[in-house]
Order: sequence, then structure tokens, then C-alpha cells
Amino acid sequence: MDKDIKVTLKVWRQKGPKAKGQFETYPMEIHQSVSFLEMLDILNERLVKEGKEPIVFDHDCREGICGMCSLYVNGHPHGPATGATTCQLYMRRFQDGETITIEPWRSAGFPVIRDLMVDRSAYDKIMQAGGFVSVNTGGVPDANAIPIPKKDADLAMDAAACIGCGACAAACKNGSAMLFVSAKVSQLALLPQGRVEAARRAKAMVAKMDELGFGNCTNTRACEMECPKNISVSNIARLNREFLKAKLKD
Amino acid sequence: MAEINSKIPQGPLAEKWTNYKAHQKLVNPANKRRLDIIVVGTGLAGASAAASLAEMGFNVLNFCIQDSPRRAHSIAAQGGINAAKNYQNDGDSVYRLFYDTIKGGDYRAREANVYRLAEVSNNIIDQCVAQGVPFAREYGGLLDNRSFGGAQVSRTFYARGQTGQQLLLGAYSALSRQIGKGKVKMYTRHEMLDVVLVDGRARGIITRNLITGKIERYAAHAVVVATGGYVNTFFLSTNAMASNGSAAWQCYKKGAYFANPCMVQIHPTCIPVKGDFQSKLTLMSESLRNDGRIWVPKKLEDAKALQAGKKKGKDIPEEDRDYYLERRYPAFGNLVPRDVASRAAKERCDAGYGVNNTGLAVFLDFSDAINRLGKEVVKQKYGNLFDMYEEITDENPYETPMMIYPALHYSMGGLWVDYELMTSIPGLFAIGEANFSDHGANRLGASALMQGLADGYFVLPYTIQNYLSDQIQVPRFSTDLPEFEAAEKAIKDRINKLMNIKGKETVDSIHKRLGHIMWEHIGMARDEKGLQEAIQMLKDLKKEFWSNVFIPGSGDDQNTELEKALRVADFLEIGELMARDALNRAESCGGHFRVEHQTEEGEALRHDDKFMYVACWEYQGEDKDPVMLKEDLNYQFVTPQTRNYKK
Repeated sequence: MDKDIKVTLKVWRQKGPKAKGQFETYPMEIHQSVSFLEMLDILNERLVKEGKEPIVFDHDCREGICGMCSLYVNGHPHGPATGATTCQLYMRRFQDGETITIEPWRSAGFPVIRDLMVDRSAYDKIMQAGGFVSVNTGGVPDANAIPIPKKDADLAMDAAACIGCGACAAACKNGSAMLFVSAKVSQLALLPQGRVEAARRAKAMVAKMDELGFGNCTNTRACEMECPKNISVSNIARLNREFLKAKLKD
Repeated sequence: MAEINSKIPQGPLAEKWTNYKAHQKLVNPANKRRLDIIVVGTGLAGASAAASLAEMGFNVLNFCIQDSPRRAHSIAAQGGINAAKNYQNDGDSVYRLFYDTIKGGDYRAREANVYRLAEVSNNIIDQCVAQGVPFAREYGGLLDNRSFGGAQVSRTFYARGQTGQQLLLGAYSALSRQIGKGKVKMYTRHEMLDVVLVDGRARGIITRNLITGKIERYAAHAVVVATGGYVNTFFLSTNAMASNGSAAWQCYKKGAYFANPCMVQIHPTCIPVKGDFQSKLTLMSESLRNDGRIWVPKKLEDAKALQAGKKKGKDIPEEDRDYYLERRYPAFGNLVPRDVASRAAKERCDAGYGVNNTGLAVFLDFSDAINRLGKEVVKQKYGNLFDMYEEITDENPYETPMMIYPALHYSMGGLWVDYELMTSIPGLFAIGEANFSDHGANRLGASALMQGLADGYFVLPYTIQNYLSDQIQVPRFSTDLPEFEAAEKAIKDRINKLMNIKGKETVDSIHKRLGHIMWEHIGMARDEKGLQEAIQMLKDLKKEFWSNVFIPGSGDDQNTELEKALRVADFLEIGELMARDALNRAESCGGHFRVEHQTEEGEALRHDDKFMYVACWEYQGEDKDPVMLKEDLNYQFVTPQTRNYKK
């Protein structure tokens, strides 16, 4: 049964990208049926009433699909729950008397903007390098013209479930974006519509990822463990295959 | 008084769009390069429009408030997208989709627009598949479908429980391709605060950079607003936290008509409200109604026991359950349209049959489906939704029935647009949920995705050319023009004023009070007295906001409280216009239910003789009442009837 609990929050506060940050401590009394972000709302409301500036953090849909929320809670991207985003985390996951540490993503690819908000535009840039099928609006064949085996469509959907939140790179000791990149490369390579330019896509996206300062993959699988959408590292194997094939053709 | 011209093309219904396209003016490729278009918003409508316009050769400036265009709230749509493909061979056709949509909208939408929507629905599915959207498929490799409320055919395409996400990521990928090519210049974390008019035409926007707090000016030959709906006026809704009506509202204040503001949709299947600290409501996809059965107890004592926590849903025997939708609407059962299902839930709860501690919930039960199909099949179909439900409520829906209650979800009303999707301001267009056009008084499930993508991929890219064709001689604008100067100054003054109030109330506390007024008086059931009271209460609350709100920090810096304050300032006014419109519309239709106007059986009672029109509100200035203009709806092809989902 949900009950009221007392927790101590240690929250990373940082005025701006170049400012020096530090932890601030906030005691909280909270009901366990409250979501983690609602708890931050309540804290912010309190700070505003005290005339202080609220904690800045990214959030929007609050149902685990937009990929906007991005907190490092007790050392885990999106906190202790598996297969869930920070906004889907409820206080019943925490014990009475617990200290909860809240930090922004810590990754070279995602510089801090303020407090808990980071800049993830690098992921957009990787997508712009090749995360698409090159078709214009109009003039495409009928949707049922090419049958696609259900198994392939399901695998493509598994990969396409990525929400681009950045937890994979934030979880990786090398700051690698391989899980993110491989999810898109896999999705499109599995479908006949995306197959046509699969090689070009894999090369372009990997090159952009390297250029933006993301690290290499050393198969620790931390990304898969922390991914709120359970994206599988088998996608990374598929990306490597596509990448090798592309290189062999060069 | 201004004349409302909806510019509907002549000719038979099925030929209007074809005729329009055959005769509209086009812009040749060399001239497209010389024309700039601002698109505000990157949801299904905004992203698909920005990508398509850029592919054609226009220069596009695209804005969004999130950190990436992929995060627009279209991403959260779960259930599916309608199209008249008739892949299931169940007798579907363009005409039937058109008819169901018009009827579902309770005969308050334009025939020509809705027919065009049904017509292009098939192109959307083709386009999405070509982009690599992984729709659900059958073992034979062809696309799968399911059925949704208000239809007797299976025409809904879906990608698990996250169709909106996959469609948006498709549009986002097309947009990303154009950004990579340099044809779209993308501005993230920018919020539009005003539209700039030069000689009566929309020529640019003023934005606030949400990271630096800087007020910025952007100019273009045309402006497209794709900023979604305004149901966050109610504070609690299924919309994302940042979803707001401000861009559309500023267009209204510059002279664009606002149409049917009272028409908002209350979605029947949401997780019930649990407490005052709640920040938003979570939708459970309508697709659940395909296999879930909705019920409350037949006996009041059972309901009381459930409310007191002394009984659980599974303790109530079958013969004591009232499957009230199946009882009242045998032909459609649990698949009646959303407005009907929502009102029926309210009726039962008002009568005392609610099933949770607040008495404001009904059961959505899967035990029959689990017995019939097996747990594995149910899990495959709805697993992610069941998991989400359990995470939020700490109850396992495989074992005990879900509890649901209606919540604010979508606005059918919005900026008035003509057949070309242009507002009453030349050069200012509105697409997707931001406009009022296609859903009438009630939107059917799986039609929002269809309309957003229809507008963005297949309608606006054509119709905007008819406007731009005589703009090719107009050189690029300088943002130094006095009109831009004045708009920027007005924004800065407004921000300074807000920052200097230094009152005692937080923005959220006023927003919550606004939400209470809206839900009590302008919610699922409205009446004359309540609406009149609400207008006065909203005026008072607005006064209080402008004299007693407190915003910490600075106006020239990143400031999340200021962002919220600017939106709430507009929500307060939007709420008032909604009340006015609801007061004017003395009939019940679709999502708008006036208790004075119902049949003996409690069904909505329309008055076609008096209200067969779109109510277009024209702003007259601060503290002046707006003027209402009518666009008469002339039904030439279908005969409006009383909606009947009973047989």
C-alpha cells in the first residue's frame, strides 16, 4: 500500500553551461503514489513560494513516449525502474528515509544547459546525416504493393520504439551513441523501403556520430540495460554488419 | 460586418478537390527558391508540411518549443490512423469514411473539407509505408487493421500502441532530410509569441528563445501555424505539459477568427484523477474498447462497497454488472463515439455508481477477452498499455478490471480556416489540431493523425501556392520594419509587466484554479447559468493573475516560470471565449452538451434550424466583447440526421 515517506533529495544545480555546478539538498515529504516528476513539481512550487528559482529539467508528455525527460537518478539514467522513463517513475520505488541523488545526463555529447537540462541536438544531427528513406511526398507505390514478412516488420518496430532520449549514451562509459544509431539503421535496413540505401545510411550516420564526439562501443551492454524502451544490442550487431558491408563495397 | 468566404470549389463533392488542384495557381521551381515560409510547430502537421514544402523547393523556417522536433505531442497518440483503403474487404470506401466522419462530428463540419480528408487518407498510408513506418502486418505480409469508435468497418492502421510516435518519426525523418540539405532551417526551443502583419498580410513572427530569453524576429512570405490544441486550459488533460494555445491565440488577437472554441473532446478512457498534486492525465488508448467491456455495478450497495474499498471489481458477480454501453447502444456497444461514451460514464457516476474512492471511475474489463483469446494474445495486443497502467496505479489489469474516467483530450475548435487552410488573415495558415476544420463537434478516434498528415503532406503544400503565386515579386522582408519593431516592443512590455507584478500566487496555483472552473462549468455538461457564472469567475481570475502572480528570476534569461505564465495568461482568455461560445450555442452537439437541450433518454439534442453554422469569433480589443460571425453550413450531399448508435 502506498504511504507518505520522507526522502532527501540531492539535486545538481548549475547556472549555465560554463558555470560551476554543485549539489543542493532538499528534504521532501511525499506520498508514494506521486510520480517522480510530480515530486519535482511540488519542490519547485515550494522554491517559487520561497522566492527562489525552480530547478530546470526537461519533461513534456509525462507518459514515457516523447523522450524529453532525462534525469540520472541514483546513478541510473531514468532511475531504478527498468523499461521506463523518468516520468513513468513513481515514488513507491523509494523507501522512507532514502537519499535520492538527481543529476543531468553526464556525457561529452550532451553538454549541460542549466541544472538538469542538457543539449541533445547531436542526436538530431545524426538523424539529419542519414536517418531517413530518401522519398519525397507523393508518387509512392500502394502501401500493400510490397508484402513484408511479419517477423521483419515486428523487428523493425522493436527498433523503431527508440525515443531518442539519450539514456544509452549517458549510460555508456565511453559515451557511445551506438544503440541510438543502430536502432534507426536496423529499423530501416529490415524494411524493403529502407534497404535500398542501407549501406549509405550506416556509413553516414556512423561518420556523423564520430564527428560529434561520441565514443566507441566496447560491448558492455550498459545501454541496453538502461534503455527505457528495451532496445536490444542485437541492433548494434546489425549496424556493424551494415557498416562492414558498406566498407567492403568501397 | 465581414463576409465569411470559405472558398469551397464548385462541382460534385467527389470532384471538388480534383477540380481545385487542376485550376489552382502554381509557383514555378525557380520562383519557389525565392519564397520563404515560416512553419511553427513540428507535430504531424508541422513536420509533414515543413518537409513537403522544402522538398518542393521553398525555403522553410521551422520552429518548435521542445529540444527536438521529434518530441511534439503527436508522438503520444497511441491507437491508430484511419484510411479508406478497404484492404479488409468490409465495404469501406472514401464516401463511407467521409460519411462516418461527418456523422461522428455531429454534422458541424464542412462537407467539402471532410470529403477531401477521406480522399487523401489513402495517400497518407502509402507515404508512411514508403518512409519506413513499421505498421502492424499480418502473416501474409500485408497491412493489418483494427476498428475504432464510431465505425462499423476495420479501417484503422496501427503500429503497436504507438502509432503517433511512428508516424511522427516518419515525418521527422523527412524533415531531418531537408534540414540536412539546408532547405529547412530548424529553430528548437523557440516559442512563438506573436505574428507580425505588414499591410494586412502575415509576414513574420516574434519568438522567445527559451534558453537565452532573447526576443527574436523572423520574416517570411507566409506563416503556417501548426501548434496544436488548447485543452491545457483545463490544467489537467492528456496533453503534454508544454502544449498550449498561445500561438493560435495571438493570431486571434491580430484578427484571425477563432472558430467553435467550445468544441473540445473529452476522451472516455483515461486513468482517473487521484489527487491535487497530479500534473496531467494519462490516456489509455481507445483501441482498448475493441476487447474491453465497460461496466459499473447494477446495485448501489455494490458501488458503495467499491468506493469504500470493501470490494474489488472481480467480487461483483456477472449478473450484478451493468454493461451500460452495450445496454444503451446495442449496435455499437463499447465502440460508440467518444462523446457518447464519456457522457454515459458521467451519467452513471453522477447517479452514484462510480467504482473508486472518488466515485468518478468506471471499469474497463478484459476478463472476457482473456477467456476468449488467451492472456498471450491480449498481452500482444495491449501489453504496453497494461504495463503503463500497472506502473501508474499499482494494479494488475490482467487480474482486476482497469478503472477509467473521461478526461480532456483534443480541441475540435481552433483557428478558422477556409478550404485552402488560410485563416482570415491573408498569408496566415493554420493546420492540424490548431485549425477547426474537419472534425465538427466531435472527432472520431484515429482521425487526428489522419487530419494532421493530410493537411501537412497533401493539402497545404498545394493550397499555399495559390496564395504565394502572386508573391513572387515580393522581395525578402527586413525584420527592421516598424511593424516588427512594434510587435517586439509589445512582447517585451508584456514580459516586463508580468515580471514586475511580484505578487503572491504561483503560476501553477492560478492555472489549477482555472482548470477547476473549466471542468465544473465548461466541462462535460454545461448550462446557461453555470456558463454565465464562469465568464465572471474567469474575468476575476484574470484580474487576480495580472495583479498577484509571482515569477522568480529574470525576463531576459531562461525562465520556466515565465514561460508558463505567458501561456496561462492566454489560457485565461481562451477559457472565457470557450464559455462565451458554449453560451451562444444553445443546443447539444458532439462534445458540446448543454443540459437544457437533451432528449428524454438523455441524448444530445441538436437544433439544426438555429445552429447549423460555424461560430467565428472576431477579436475587438482588450476588455471589449468579441463579435460572432456565422459561416453557414450548407449540407448539399448528406442529410443531417440524429446520430443513432443504438441500431
